[in-house]
This record gives sequence, C-alpha cells and structure tokens, in this order.
Amino acid sequence: MIAKGAVAIAEGRIGKPLEKYYAGRTRAPLQRSFIAFKSSAWLVVLSGFVEPVLYLFSFGFGVGALIGGITAADGSTISYAAYIAPGLLATSAMNGAIYDSTWNVFWKINESKLYQGMLATSLGPLDVALGEIAWALLRGLMYAIGFMIVVTPLGLIENWWGLLAIPAAVLIAFGFASFGMAATSYMKSFQQMNYINMFMLPMFLFSGSFFPLTVYPEIVQWFIKILPLWHGISLIRGLTLGQIDSSILGHVLYFIVMIALGLWFTTKRLNALFLR
Amino acid sequence: MKVKEAQREVSRFGALYIVEARFRNMFKWRSAIITTAILNPVLYLLSVGVGIGSLVDAKQGAGGVDGVQYLTFLAPALLASAAIQGAIDEVTFPTLQGFKWAKNFFAMNSTPITGNQIALGVYIAALGRTFLTVVIYWLILLIAGALPTGTAWLAMFVAMLAGGAFGSIMLYLTSKVEKEDFFLTAIGRLIIMPLFLFSGTFYPLSSMPLILQPIGWISPLWHATELGRYLTYGHSISGLMIGVHFIFLTSLLALGLKLAFRNFTKRLSK
Amino acid sequence: MTSLISARSLTKTYGDFVAVDQINFEVLKGESFGLLGPNGAGKSTIMRMIGATLQRSSGELAVLGKDPEKFGPQIRAHLGVVPQQDNLDSELTVRENLYIYGRYFGLSKKFLTPKIQELLEFAQLEEKRDVKVEALSGGMKRRLTIARALVSEPEILMLDEPTTGLDPQARHILWDRLFRLKELGVTLLLTTHFMDEAEQLCQRLIVMDKGKIMAEDSPAELIRKYVTKEVLELRFGSDKNSQFVDQLRQKCDRIEQLPDRILLYTNDGETLLTEIVGSGLHPITSLVRRSSLEDVFLRLTGRSLIE
Repeated sequence: MIAKGAVAIAEGRIGKPLEKYYAGRTRAPLQRSFIAFKSSAWLVVLSGFVEPVLYLFSFGFGVGALIGGITAADGSTISYAAYIAPGLLATSAMNGAIYDSTWNVFWKINESKLYQGMLATSLGPLDVALGEIAWALLRGLMYAIGFMIVVTPLGLIENWWGLLAIPAAVLIAFGFASFGMAATSYMKSFQQMNYINMFMLPMFLFSGSFFPLTVYPEIVQWFIKILPLWHGISLIRGLTLGQIDSSILGHVLYFIVMIALGLWFTTKRLNALFLR
Repeated sequence: MKVKEAQREVSRFGALYIVEARFRNMFKWRSAIITTAILNPVLYLLSVGVGIGSLVDAKQGAGGVDGVQYLTFLAPALLASAAIQGAIDEVTFPTLQGFKWAKNFFAMNSTPITGNQIALGVYIAALGRTFLTVVIYWLILLIAGALPTGTAWLAMFVAMLAGGAFGSIMLYLTSKVEKEDFFLTAIGRLIIMPLFLFSGTFYPLSSMPLILQPIGWISPLWHATELGRYLTYGHSISGLMIGVHFIFLTSLLALGLKLAFRNFTKRLSK
Repeated sequence: MTSLISARSLTKTYGDFVAVDQINFEVLKGESFGLLGPNGAGKSTIMRMIGATLQRSSGELAVLGKDPEKFGPQIRAHLGVVPQQDNLDSELTVRENLYIYGRYFGLSKKFLTPKIQELLEFAQLEEKRDVKVEALSGGMKRRLTIARALVSEPEILMLDEPTTGLDPQARHILWDRLFRLKELGVTLLLTTHFMDEAEQLCQRLIVMDKGKIMAEDSPAELIRKYVTKEVLELRFGSDKNSQFVDQLRQKCDRIEQLPDRILLYTNDGETLLTEIVGSGLHPITSLVRRSSLEDVFLRLTGRSLIE
C-alpha cells in the first residue's frame, strides 16, 4: 500500500503559514460536528433555542405586567418584553459559545479522547480549534435566527436595524468562544470547570438583561461596563430598539479586540490544550 | 459470630453507611459547597431582588405584589427553588456515577447492602446537603428583611419538602438513564427550567394565561411557594388548599421513592 | 533495507522523572517491530513522540527521514495510529467513523467510498456499517480502530497494546488481521506487555524497562541468548517456597523465586523434576514448559512482566 493521497495532501502544505499547527482543513472537524448533530446532538441544540424563548415569555410578559414599561434613554417608554429580548439573545449567544468551547471541549479532551484521534491524523491543532469555534458560531447563528423568528412577530423589533442583531449575536459568540478554549486549556478537572460557571452566573445576573444598570451605585456600573456581556447586550439592544449611535461601533470594536486577543491566546495555548 | 452481627447491622443501618460515604465525598468539596450556598442567594438578591424589585416596587407602589414588597413576595419561591436545585444536583450526579460512570453502586451491592438502601442513602445524603443550602439561604433572606413573620422559619421545611419531592422523582428518573449524554441537558432545559419560570415564582400564577396555569399545578415549586408565602408573609390561602399543597408534595415524595427503590433493585440485579 | 524510523539518544523527561532514557533503535521498512515491557516502561511515550503529538526532551528522532517536531502533519500522513484506548467517535456510526477520519487527512469522498468498503470487509464489520460505535463489542471496536488507522493507506501502522482487554478469540482474530497487513508489506510498530503477542507478531523487538532498552533481537534469539530451553515451575505453598530454595539451588544453576512459585531454568525439565522428587522434595504442583519472553524479561530485570 502506498500512501499517495494523504501524504501528497500533507506535503502540499509545506512552506505555508503556520504549517506546524494548521493543515488548512477547518472544514473536516466542522463536517464531523455536522454529522454528529444530524444523528444525535440535535435535541441539545434544539433545547438551547427553547431556553431564551421561555425566559422571554416568563419574564417579558409575566414580570412585565408587574413592571409596566421601561423608560429608555431618550425618554420614550418601551415594553418590558422589548427591553429584555435583546438581553436574552446576547446571553444565549454567550452561553452557547461558552458551553461549546469549554465543557464540550473539556469532555472531548478528557473523556471521549476525540481530539487525540483527530490529532493522530495530518490535521493540526489549529484546524481542530477553528473547526470547533466555527461550529459554535454556526449554532449561534441558528439560535439567533430562531429567536428573531419568534420575537419579530411579537413586535419586539423596532425597525430594520434589528436584523443586524443576528450577525451581532454571532460576533458575541465568537468573542466568548475564542476565550473559552484558552480558559479550558488551564482546566484539569470537572470541579475546576465550575469556576467558569462561577464567573458566568454573576455576569448574566448583573449585566443588565433584566433591568437598567442605573439601579446600582455608579462604581458598580463602571465595573459591569468592563465585562463583555454588558457590551453584547447593549449592542443588540441598540440595534433592536433602533437606537443607532456611535456607541454601537464601540461595542463592536470591543468584541473585535476580544476575538483577536482570544484567538491569539488560544493559539498560544494549543499545545497545552490538545497535546497533553 | 462477628460476621453475623455485622450482617444484621447492615440490614438495619445499610442506608446510613451509604449516607456516610456520600458525606465523606461531599466533605472533600466543602469549600465549594459552602461558597455556592452563600453566593447563590446573595447574587439573586442583589440582581433579581434589587434590580427587578426596584422596578416592580416603583410601579406597584404601596400595594406591592400580593400586598408585600417584591423581595418579600419572591423570597419563599427562591428558597424552594434553591432546595429543588440542590436536591436534583445531589441525586443525579451520584446516581449517574453509581450506575454509569464509576459503577460503584454495583460494588456497594456486592456487599450485603441492598438496592433500596443505596437509593435511600443517596437520597438522605442529598437532602442533608440541601438542608445546609436551605438554612444558609433562609438566613440571608432574613438578613435582607424578606421574612417578616414569626412563622417564616417553617418555610425552610416546606422548601425541604419541595426538594424532597423533586429529588425523589429525579432519583427514579436518573436510575432509569441508559444514555446520559443528553439527559442532564434535556432535563435541565425542558423540565426544570420551565417549572422554575412558570410556577408563579416571579409573579402570581393567577396572572398567567389560564392555559399555562396547569404547569404550576403539577409543579412542586408552585405548591411549596404557596405554602411558603403563607408562612413568610401571610399570603391568603384556604385551609383546604394548605392541605392540598401538603398532600401533593408528600405523595410525590413517596411515589418517587417507591419507584426509585424498585428501579434501583431491578437495575442492580440486571 | 531502508530505515523508516531511527532514534538516537531519544529522551523524554517529565520534571525529575525520566520516562524514556537515551534510547537508540531503528525500524526497517516492511518489518514488524515490537516494544515489549511492563506498564510504565515508556513504550507509549515513544509512540507519541514518533506520532508527533509529544515533544522529546533531547536526542534525535527521524521518521521517514524527517523530524516529527518540524513536520508533524507530513509525518502523520504516513502513519496509522491505533492508540492504547479506543478513541472512536462514539456519536457516529461505523461507516461515518471511517469516512470522517479520512476527511481529517483531506481525502476525497471519491477516494474514500471504495476504501471504506474495502476496510469494512477487512475488519469484518460490513454488517455493522450503520451501527453506532457504542453498540460494538470490544473486539469489534478494536478492529474498527485498526481499520480507521488504515484509511489513509499508511506506510507505518503503530499499535499501542493492540489486544489488551480482549478475550482470547477476539485476540486471535486481530492477530490474523495484523498478520495479513504484514504480508501486504505494511511496517508494523507495536507495543505490548504480552510475550505471546510479541512472539506471534514481532520479527524484531526491544525489551524495555524504566525507560531503558534491556535487549534487542528477534524473539527466538532473545530466548536462546538469555534463558534455557525449558522452565520447571514448582509450588510448595506460599509460606514454604523459601524454605526449599537453598536445597533446590544445589540442583540447578539458575533459580528465580517469585511470590507464589519457584522457577528453575534447565534444558531438560522432566529429568530435573524426577531428580528433585527423588531427593525427597514434594512440591504441591509442578509444571514443565518452554521458555518464553516472560523469562527473558525476568532474567533481564529480575521482575515479572505483568504485575
């Protein structure tokens, strides 16, 4: 048996950038995720879509009846459901991306040893990392589209700018996914993985999905505004409520920097992450 | 004979040996357990309680929700849901571990300890930890001023009853799991989450559309919350309904345990 | 013959612990080469360094003339790796496992479709093609892992403990498949702690212990060099074995005392046994057998291979 196919393909990468880490085949692990999704993982994916919708109905309409409306920055009043919908979209983008890039990755490294198998082939660690991130983003995209299909008929989207909430959700997911993997590279046990949750829960509760930050003292507000979720929520809220101003660009920039740093960090940690 | 005596001990106290084993295991994670037990109520009070509370109180004025401030209204529901969450966590993981991951239930069962005793032991240990969570939660609610009446301490036991009812059902369901991949996610997102959101937790059940109200009726959380509200701030409720809530929770608890016992024994002898 | 893998003073350390200690060896094209040693001898560490998924601490290593640390993906394209623990993709079916693994190498669907059929036949898994991996028996999983490693038509097949944990029947099926590959000219590199497996499959092997090479040769030659033709195993009962050792030493040049039995190395076991019984010693059980690599290992290290 002569290994022409596989060898010729691998030799073709010699001299290309990052050749030690990257074989230019992000598509292969992505295809793997898709096949697994078709045969078994669809239930989890579907349930991830249900979560923000349930929150929207329970809080938006139930708690909304107790609260009435929220007074926006420009003095107009918006319904509570319209106020929290973007927060829920941003949060679910974050949660999905974090789940995919931390628990899921941790499981595949330590329990199913899936990555060991992948890295015994001519794939490089960067192919695997990018493939997983790409899959997380595709899922994020599906969730965002699903969520918009539910909320738009309810009148919670003010104008056409709202459509941009979909790419914005993907941008948020990208930011969190790129950092999540780097964080996972430091984790040794399931107990340590819980630290991730201990960081996520307060961020979810305080970043203004359910109420304006103004209920807190100024110093707390400043602290929350450093955290990425607040930027994500503010970005999507600006888009769905049609409050388009320069702050939108600031939030986008925040995530672009976060993605760049996260990818740089993850690439740096690739050996620690996969080749253990 | 010493062995004979030991055997008699096991048939009487076997479940307690399992409890001991579980407590030893939990003790290793004591700092994490206590941190979460404190952090959870503090975070919820500062976010939902203060954040949403200030919006609701501003709108509702002196009348409040059900006659009280939002935080007072919310407190018994949060307490009961913390108990439910705690009980679920502590029955699902050891059970999956015991039957699937480490298969240590089978090792326990190869001693004179029976399936019933294993189930009961895991359950009692779970409630033990849940009680710690509930007491801490309750104290924090008390400090926050969310428990105005003298009968409020009884709400701890109502919360435990809710945790016990949900915990016994989960003990049974988890013992049936063959493929755990999606079980936890599916249970979490499709059962626990909806029950948490639609059991009159954050607003009176009666304010939900009639078609959704049955979710509350079958939810241990709603029954415990109604009882808890009666105890912590005198939520008006008929004697009959007090009986109904109580009987619902206790029968669910008993049913769950009965099914769990049967299934533990069956699966261990398979 | 050309050398496919060559190691010079290859070393791997983890902190103070030396997992692989300055070892030298060559694997030639077309041969089946074994690493024999107990758990923890450093076999898997060597395999991972060859597979370019672990960096060496010092020394030189060339796989097909290239340094794995510089040309990881290119080298792995030549290798089929069968790890110690099956890491099949449990969410996928048998066929999907082979397909997607081929895709990791960048192979086209056109190439893979006939290839998968051929591999399913080879691994005797045609009837299981659309079954999820979880439902397979241990032996089937192992065959699938080997089939998967062959999807890229590798020049070298690396097997880490290929039959550990399998029942005797499954082991024989697997040995048969590996033997066929050898006949087809695939170079086999395998680790094992089973001497019978090493004797069955390896033309040449190195005996390892604590990261070092203790001996290197063909199985038959190792046995000839280091041990006698036969072994007489005697049991006097766990407490009594040591009482008789001194007496036995007078009758045989080489004796090994194990916790449960005494081994006497001789070229004629039956005669020695008759002599011992004749002198008034009555073991509870006695057994005369041919020497094996296990005895070679015991001779070289003073320890048993499987502990």
